[in-house]
Amino acid sequence: MVTIDADARPATRILVKRHALSVRITHWINVLCLSFLILSGLQIFNAHPALYWGQYGADADTPFIAIEAVRDGDGLRGVTTIGPVSLTTTGVLGVSSYNGQERARAFPSWLTIPSYRDLGMGRYWHFFFAWLFAINGAVYLVYGFISGHFRRDLAPKLEELKPAHIGHEIITHARLDFPKGEAARRYNALQKLAYLGVVVLLALMVLTGLTMSPGVNAIVPWLVDVFGGRQSARTIHFICATLIVAFIIVHLVMVLLSGVWNNLRSMVTGRYAIRLEGPRT
Amino acid sequence: MKKLLTRRSFIVGSTIGAGLSLSGCDVLTGSDSFSRVLKLGETITMGAQRLFLSDKALAREFTEADMSPVFKSNGTHRPDSAEYAALAENNFVDWRLVIDGLVDQPLSLSLAELKRLPSRTQITRHDCVEGWSAIGKWTGVPLGLLLQAARLKPNARYLVFHCADEYEKTLDGTGQYYESIDLVDAFHPQTILAYGMNGTDLPIPNGAPLRLRVERQLGYKHAKYLMRIEAVESFAAFGRGNGGFWEDRGYEWYAGI
Repeated sequence: MVTIDADARPATRILVKRHALSVRITHWINVLCLSFLILSGLQIFNAHPALYWGQYGADADTPFIAIEAVRDGDGLRGVTTIGPVSLTTTGVLGVSSYNGQERARAFPSWLTIPSYRDLGMGRYWHFFFAWLFAINGAVYLVYGFISGHFRRDLAPKLEELKPAHIGHEIITHARLDFPKGEAARRYNALQKLAYLGVVVLLALMVLTGLTMSPGVNAIVPWLVDVFGGRQSARTIHFICATLIVAFIIVHLVMVLLSGVWNNLRSMVTGRYAIRLEGPRT
Repeated sequence: MKKLLTRRSFIVGSTIGAGLSLSGCDVLTGSDSFSRVLKLGETITMGAQRLFLSDKALAREFTEADMSPVFKSNGTHRPDSAEYAALAENNFVDWRLVIDGLVDQPLSLSLAELKRLPSRTQITRHDCVEGWSAIGKWTGVPLGLLLQAARLKPNARYLVFHCADEYEKTLDGTGQYYESIDLVDAFHPQTILAYGMNGTDLPIPNGAPLRLRVERQLGYKHAKYLMRIEAVESFAAFGRGNGGFWEDRGYEWYAGI
């Protein structure tokens, strides 16, 4: 496993064990589930593309996020409203083309499962993968606590949370100057915070999702109060999903920039290559 | 340079892959065997909810201050048959609710008779499958009370609700709205046949003269414009066999989520 080429290079490239088997398996199941959950979730959102705060919210009530199509002369104009701000988003949000025709639909067909409008089937996709996602997430959480994965790998140390340290990491990250050598054996503070943050977001997705269920409301009535009402829960569900998509984009960019094959190998085989300052001859 | 090309081909490759897999989803959605797998989710959801949901666990009830200013009317706003028009014209005096099927004592009740029976008033949240919610006040007869009077036969497992509205024009009549629930929901204390809404007679857009309230499930289960309730052993013979108008069009029969 150890490659030593001390004559040609001053550093030694070694493969270290990075990800446990449980982390790798749950990671890839999560990738599968989230892909289908997000895309079928957008299909469900399209059935009523407006978000409210509180217990109720329907056509006569004022939403604070809405993606609509409005008449504009002979055609349609897509309008996305967030609070007091309204933007024209024709082509992507509100109005987009389906089979060459301009259609009123919140998210475009290339972002929904199924691509055509079918709330019923969108829900079947969503809840099938929701179950798989919840079971997979539960396995990951139990593993994370029992194995010490959270404490050892993800919990930031106190000194890592100091503003100066975080600020320094943000600057080195922005310069694409990633940790090397011994420092690359562990996650840095930004990684720890991002991974813990996404675990919290994913847990919120399950909880807000359950809060939208009238059956679950009767089983655990206090859950709906935690989120300030069913429509608030639906809004938080959507905001958390948006943040998860943002995480995924940053995560993929960082995977690409910090050595795509090394990162991919580590999440498949568990082995991650790092360069140590090698013995000079 | 070599690395850059690899990265680019990786991105291009995964984009094409994602596009193909998305259109693949449409193919899978249309496949019977695959959608049967997806529908396992509904079986697990119903099993889990029924496991944790005691038969008597109540849906949240609100106060008048919590009510929606406007309660949205969805689906049919006014059934368009001549029979319904005649009934509505006469303020539903000639309307009767029939309860039959697998019962020992079939019933036929007028609106006035229903209003003389013990009633329950509840302010609850109505959750549409589309995602919106509205809070309204409902007054009606507990369904369990009527079923006790009609005396269900031992083999009765479901109640099928026949409605006055034809929500989709079809040649074979399968566009007629209907719904079904099982006996767990039928005998739930909040399951009522509502003739009053927000302190007045149930308005036509919301299902006059009588609609079902089954508070622990989504809106499409709350059948409007009730004409007849039939106790059955199986709902396979009705509509297209899935237990309801929307169930026949790809929605879950158990709408607890």
